[in-house]
Amino acid sequence: MAHFAKPDAGSWTEHYPELGTAPVSYEDSISPEHYELERKAIFARTWLNVGRVEQIPRTGSYFTREIHAAGTSVVVVRGRDGEIHAFHNICRHRGNKLVWNDYPGEETKGTCRQFTCKYHGWRYSTEGELTFVQQESEFFDLDKEDYGLAAVQVETWEGFIFVNLNPDNTTSVHDYLGELGAGLAGYPFDEMTQVYKYRANVGSNWKLFIDAFAEFYHAPVLHAKQATAEESRKLSGVGFEALAYALDGPHGMVSSWGGMSPPKDLNMVKPIEQVLHSGLFGPWDRPDIEGIDTLPPALNPARHKAWGVDSFVLFPNFMLLVWAPGWYLTYHYWPTSYNSHVFEGTLYFVPPKNATERLRQELTAVTFKEYALQDGNTLEATQTMLESRAVTEFPLNDQEILLRHLHKTARDYVAEYQTTTPVRISAVS
Amino acid sequence: MPTFPADFAELEPFADWSLATESERYAKRLSSTMDELQAFYDAAFPRLADALAHLDALELDALPDDATRLLWLCYSLVNASFPVEVWRQPRVPDSGAASMDMLIEPAV
Repeated sequence: MAHFAKPDAGSWTEHYPELGTAPVSYEDSISPEHYELERKAIFARTWLNVGRVEQIPRTGSYFTREIHAAGTSVVVVRGRDGEIHAFHNICRHRGNKLVWNDYPGEETKGTCRQFTCKYHGWRYSTEGELTFVQQESEFFDLDKEDYGLAAVQVETWEGFIFVNLNPDNTTSVHDYLGELGAGLAGYPFDEMTQVYKYRANVGSNWKLFIDAFAEFYHAPVLHAKQATAEESRKLSGVGFEALAYALDGPHGMVSSWGGMSPPKDLNMVKPIEQVLHSGLFGPWDRPDIEGIDTLPPALNPARHKAWGVDSFVLFPNFMLLVWAPGWYLTYHYWPTSYNSHVFEGTLYFVPPKNATERLRQELTAVTFKEYALQDGNTLEATQTMLESRAVTEFPLNDQEILLRHLHKTARDYVAEYQTTTPVRISAVS
Repeated sequence: MPTFPADFAELEPFADWSLATESERYAKRLSSTMDELQAFYDAAFPRLADALAHLDALELDALPDDATRLLWLCYSLVNASFPVEVWRQPRVPDSGAASMDMLIEPAV
């Protein structure tokens, strides 16, 4: 029985006829060859979120980001000009990785006046100019102006820093994020600077974990043991229906109800939640800031009273979840091979004013981890069984529309790449 | 020297739960038996509201050491509440070998 209205087409999926309703293949998640195409067609060519402006507040603040799927590492820095710059993390002399600490493969962050290569001491300004060459007179016709760091396109949207590794890209990140991005503008992300960040190595294709977080059809079942017994029975009886879905270009979103923040009845929640007034959906009391009661148009698009959380799948590997009580969560999925990726989940709150507020946020952050462990644990087994190819087509229901859209989008990017990139024929003499 | 403010002397036997980071608290939970988790919860949970009242009267950014240690104990209580209140086992059900590390957490 439907609790929330669907589009006139009869379903969310049929509202977007290009999606079809047929069972789908997951070959795109188990083929090493397809993943190699995704690296070139997607990760080397689209805007990728690598962080927030708060991570580099001062001149010389920097961080590095390993982007295995695009085969590079980038360094993002706030220059003396006050602007954010991004560079491939490589010294122009002989290719040494420029910025790292102890372990060249691990990400690092800090503040510096300039970047100095550990190998031969070449130095670069925070704007990327080569400023010093050790024993410069030993080189032949070396003009330092020709050897600045290799710049990467970098832009910000609502305080989120994006890079694009395609030097020929002509689309701004604002345009890339389209109507959904524009509809989020003005949300007070910049007030939410209290950060908890988790990371996990996951043995599945990157899209499979997005699938897990892009539908809530699983929630009453997989997470049944998280709730009180009575509440759990009730939830699985009702199942899950979204308030709304929206697709926009390569991106999509699902808007969900969230009756737990605060709950209708205190007996619905656990004793620790009753005392702290907090839980998975966040602290029940909203922070005292502007901009969370009057929402921008992309949030709670159905303007439903029971609204709890909106989840945005921003292609390719960035998810943004805005919760009704006034906090947000990001997911990033960084592929490391066709069947492995690094997952990052980061929670952002308004800084607490006292210990009670701090403990409420702690409860939300550690509750998130327990749910995510259940979500993540199923993935390696799913990957293995998909790879058996014992079954090759899978039915997706209407509440799984974002999965259907994500896989179609990824396949479309690969197909577009294949048709527009001439096949290189190696010369044979 | 007592670990916690004088009003919370009965929590001294659980001072080893006063841990500064999520990874330490989580590891201690996983290496505890259900009896140990239950004993900690039974002692600390009834004092949670009192602890909040004590801590809220202080500046969060400038807590004295004994209050900071009490706050850390409260974080551990939050972490230990899951097995005691719902799961009846230290690890979240159906999570197998999955793990997740906290890279960034608030200083206090």
